[in-house]
Formats: sequence, structure tokens, C-alpha cells
Amino acid sequence: MNLALKDIRHGLFRFVLTCFGLGLLMTVVLAMIGIYNGLVSDALAVVKAPVADVWVVEAGTKGPFAEASSIPADTRDAVARMPGVAEAGAVNYQNVEAVHAGRTLRIYVVGYEPGRPGGPQAIAEGRGIGASHFELVADRKTGLLPGETIRFGRKRFTVVGLVEGAMNSGGDPAVYVTLADAMALQTELDPAAQRVQAARGAVSVKSASVAAVIARMAPGADVDLLTATVRQWKHLAAMTQAEQEELLLVSVVDKARRQIGLFLGILLSVSAVVIALIIYTMTMEKLKQIATLKLIGAPDRTIVALIVQQALILGASGWAIGLMLILSVKDYFPRRVVLEPFNVMVLAGIIAAVCLLSSALGVRAAMKVDPATALGS
Amino acid sequence: MALGDILIEVSNVAKHFGEGETRVDALRAVDLTVRAGEVIALLGPSGSGKTTLLNIIGCILAPSAGRVVLDGEPVFDGRWLRRDLRRLRLDKIGFIFQAHNLLPFLTAEENVAVVLDLAGLQAEEGRVRARELLDYLEVGHRAKVKPALLSGGEAQRVAIARALANRPRIILADEPTAALDGARAGLVMDLMRKLAVEQEACIVTVTHDEKIFDRFDRLIHLRDGRLADA
Repeated sequence: MNLALKDIRHGLFRFVLTCFGLGLLMTVVLAMIGIYNGLVSDALAVVKAPVADVWVVEAGTKGPFAEASSIPADTRDAVARMPGVAEAGAVNYQNVEAVHAGRTLRIYVVGYEPGRPGGPQAIAEGRGIGASHFELVADRKTGLLPGETIRFGRKRFTVVGLVEGAMNSGGDPAVYVTLADAMALQTELDPAAQRVQAARGAVSVKSASVAAVIARMAPGADVDLLTATVRQWKHLAAMTQAEQEELLLVSVVDKARRQIGLFLGILLSVSAVVIALIIYTMTMEKLKQIATLKLIGAPDRTIVALIVQQALILGASGWAIGLMLILSVKDYFPRRVVLEPFNVMVLAGIIAAVCLLSSALGVRAAMKVDPATALGS
Repeated sequence: MALGDILIEVSNVAKHFGEGETRVDALRAVDLTVRAGEVIALLGPSGSGKTTLLNIIGCILAPSAGRVVLDGEPVFDGRWLRRDLRRLRLDKIGFIFQAHNLLPFLTAEENVAVVLDLAGLQAEEGRVRARELLDYLEVGHRAKVKPALLSGGEAQRVAIARALANRPRIILADEPTAALDGARAGLVMDLMRKLAVEQEACIVTVTHDEKIFDRFDRLIHLRDGRLADA
């Protein structure tokens, strides 16, 4: 006879409510884990997207994400000619705000050279950029649809395709435009300012600088040799893909990551205390029944099983409810919530451990109960 | 195993709580023998030691001195572990409480069967035996009902069925009729006597209920931890 299940069935409504409450708490814990993962994943998305081996940036900077970097656009040709380089492409990054359908969008504009590294990896809908100017491929989270147009600066761009999961470390969705358009967006003055410059007799010089050059290596080529060679050019610095990812995590999202990590730790501690309190209270409410069981001869293992099984059922139910809730609402979060099966299983392990520890408190109280207390009225 | 066998033998048993100035002597040199088929009552004012004596016979409390033999087995002689005493209670002793103490999350039938389950009986066997006992005590029709929905008399009969489930030879009852009116209290005592004879068991009852004094074979009076008379 399973006393734990019988007891649960007896107070089913209350138990389900308790599980639901715990489930909501688990939803918050899982959401924080997902937000934490999402932050890291988002931060790395922009670095990982070009599938680069080497990043060539301005000397003395940690560009193009941790710091501003500006190098001559023709650096791409120099890098492309180096031994071991299969292909290279210049890229440019900037944030813009644009109005679309009556709302302001904060967008991360990636300028790249079509046909070279730096552009979108997989087009989810529509096509890639086919024209030299005024076309863009947008991340689905921008809300833009193929065929729609949007104004950046003084130019209107047409959306020709959609991608997924392209964003900067701040979570702003990305759009891809040609490098020429991106450079123009960065440097072009509005007509009034141009007229003032012309009246002053100043010559308008368009910048021919880019943020970085991305290189992909030929199979078997030595990445370290390339970076060492590039570093010999005094005005350039080079980083491997791994160094760039590490730099981004350490410099750009480290504080946010630690903040969320700390909050997650606090949340887990609060959850542990709440679980412990629920299980302890459930046990304390049953002390008279436990005394009766002891008096009629129930061995300790029967009483321990009653408490531990209920604790584990409570924890498992709370975890399952939390998981179901977060899976059903995660797409409504403004930032990406990334839940890996590993994280979910680790949380299950933590909850199981907390339940076992909490039930140890209850078991301790139960073991202390004098069977004689059942004899009193 | 027969009527007249000595089931409880308490010799020179003493029990004190605390030491020095705070020492309280709850029992002093108590001797008591109860035979199979006997139904006795422990009487006395509050603090006289009757509950302490019941707890010692029920293997819940160890005496400070003296000898206790239950159904031929000496207990509290240093050879018994706590878990052994619990097993001894399961096998040899049945308890009936003032407030019936049925487990609220089990049905009447399950409350009886749980004892048999703890004793290692197969679930179906336990259920059949529980049902037989409940039928015998005329509460079989309430077998699937939870204790909260039973009347006081029904609950007490279920508690008696639970106490008898494992066929114990010693039944200890603490104010078993306190919550019942005179007629029902008499019926419960008659039922317990009948069972004691049929199962060749003895019943030791702590009671203040004068209405049922005539139902006992012996009235044992305790005063200040000593037997006043028998």
C-alpha cells in the first residue's frame, strides 16, 4: 500500500495547487536560465554568423564588437592574397533606429560584400541580396516581411529575404545590406549639411573604411601563422574566431551575464527554501498520523518513504509544470529564451537534490515523534 | 495458546522521569499479571501512573526498573532494539485510542488493511481479512468510506478492527468509550470482551468511564504510581 500516493489523493486539490505554485516558481527559474543562455547565444550569434576563421581589425582595438574599429576597405584585398586564405570579405556594423508600420525599430545593420564572407548564412524566406543597392535581408524578429520597404537615413530599402537568429549582443535584430549601402549610411550627410559644406568650399570625402575583414582559411591552413603575419602590419590586429568569441563574452556581455547568473543563484536558493518549507510543513501536519503509524508498528522505512516519495512527486510535478509553462510562453519574451535539454536536466537534478535534502528535515522531525503522542486525545 | 495463559507479567516495575530535585516517580514497584481472556481496567486520578503503565506494556516507554514479560517474551532486558520493539508491537499488541486515530487519507478498509500490509501480508489477503473484520463489527457497509464521514461509533469500531487485524494477544485501549454515549460504550465493551475470548487475547483499558466499570473482570486502581488495590 503506497501511503504517499493515498495521502496525495486524499488532499489532491491542495497538492495540485501546491505543485502549480512550485511550477510557477520553476517557470521563473527556467526563464532565467533561458534568458541567461539567450544572452550568451545572442552575443555570440553575430560573431558566429560569418563562419570566419580570422578577424582582421584596427590595431590596438578589440573590434569590431567590443570596441570601434576602422580599417581601410582595401585591406580585404591584402588579406585575401595571403597564403592559406580561401576567401575574405569586409564588413561593417552599426545600430540604427527606423520607423516601420508606426513603430520605432532598433536595428543592427550589417554591411557585407555579397558573394564574400560576412553575409547571412541561410535564407529562411525570400532570397539573398541580388542588387548592388537598397535591398536588405532582415531577421524575422524585425517584423519586416519580404516586399516591404523601410527607410534608413535618406534611403529606402526593400526587404528581399528573411533570416532567423541574427542579432547583436544587445538582442537587436539584424538586417544585412551591401557594404556600399552600409558605408553610405554611416557617412552620408543630409542635403542641407551637404549644401553648407559646398558653400564653404569643403570637398566631401567619403570614408572608405570598414569595421573588419573576415577571412576563411583553406583546409589545413595555419590560422596562427596568418594572425601572426597580420599583426606584423602595424595598423592591423588579427584574432582567431575563438579569441573573438571569448572577447565578446568577457568584454561585452560579462556584466549582464554575471548579473543574471547571480540572480539565478538567488532564485535557486529561494526555490530551495520554498521547497524545503513546503515539504517540512507537509510533514509537520502529519505528525499525529506518523505517531499512529509508529505505534501500530510501522518501520522507519515506511515513514521515510511516505515523506521522501511525496517530496519527490512534488518536485517532479513542479519541474514538469514549470517546463510546460516556459515552453509555451518563451516565444513571447522580448529577448531570446534558449533552453538546452542539459540545463533542464540539471535543474531536475538540483530539484531532486533539494527535495531529498528538504525531506531529510521532515524525516528528522518524523523520527523524533514519540509514538506515545498518538495515545493522547 | 489458551485462555488463562499469562500474557502480561509486570514485576516490580518502576519508572521515574528526571533526576535530582526534578525527579518524578511515575510508577513505583508495580506488579500486574493479566491472563488471556481477561478484560481489565486501569483506574486512577490524573498523574497516578496509568498511562505510563500502559505505555510500558505497549513497549513505547522503557521502565526504569523491573521486569516486563509479554506473551512469554521478556522485553526491556537490554536485548531489544527500537525496531524490534516496533515489530513486537505490530505482532503482539493492538491499540485502541480515545480519538480512534484512523489515518484520514485511507478508507475504513485500508485503515485495517494497513496493519496487515505492514506485517507483510499480500494486499488481497489483507483486504479480505480487513473486510471480514469490518463485517464482523457491523461496519462492513462503510468499508470504502474515509474516516471523516464515519460516525463516532463507526470510527471506533473500525479502530477496534484495526487493533485486531493482526490477531494480537494483547489489546491496549486508552479511553476507548470516551467519545461514545452510554449505550454505545456498553456495546463496544461487550464487543471487545467477545473478541478477547474468541482470540484468546487480553484487554487492558485505561478509563474514567464509570458507566462501563461493570464490564471489566478487574478494576486496577493506581495512586501515586502504586497499585492501590486490585
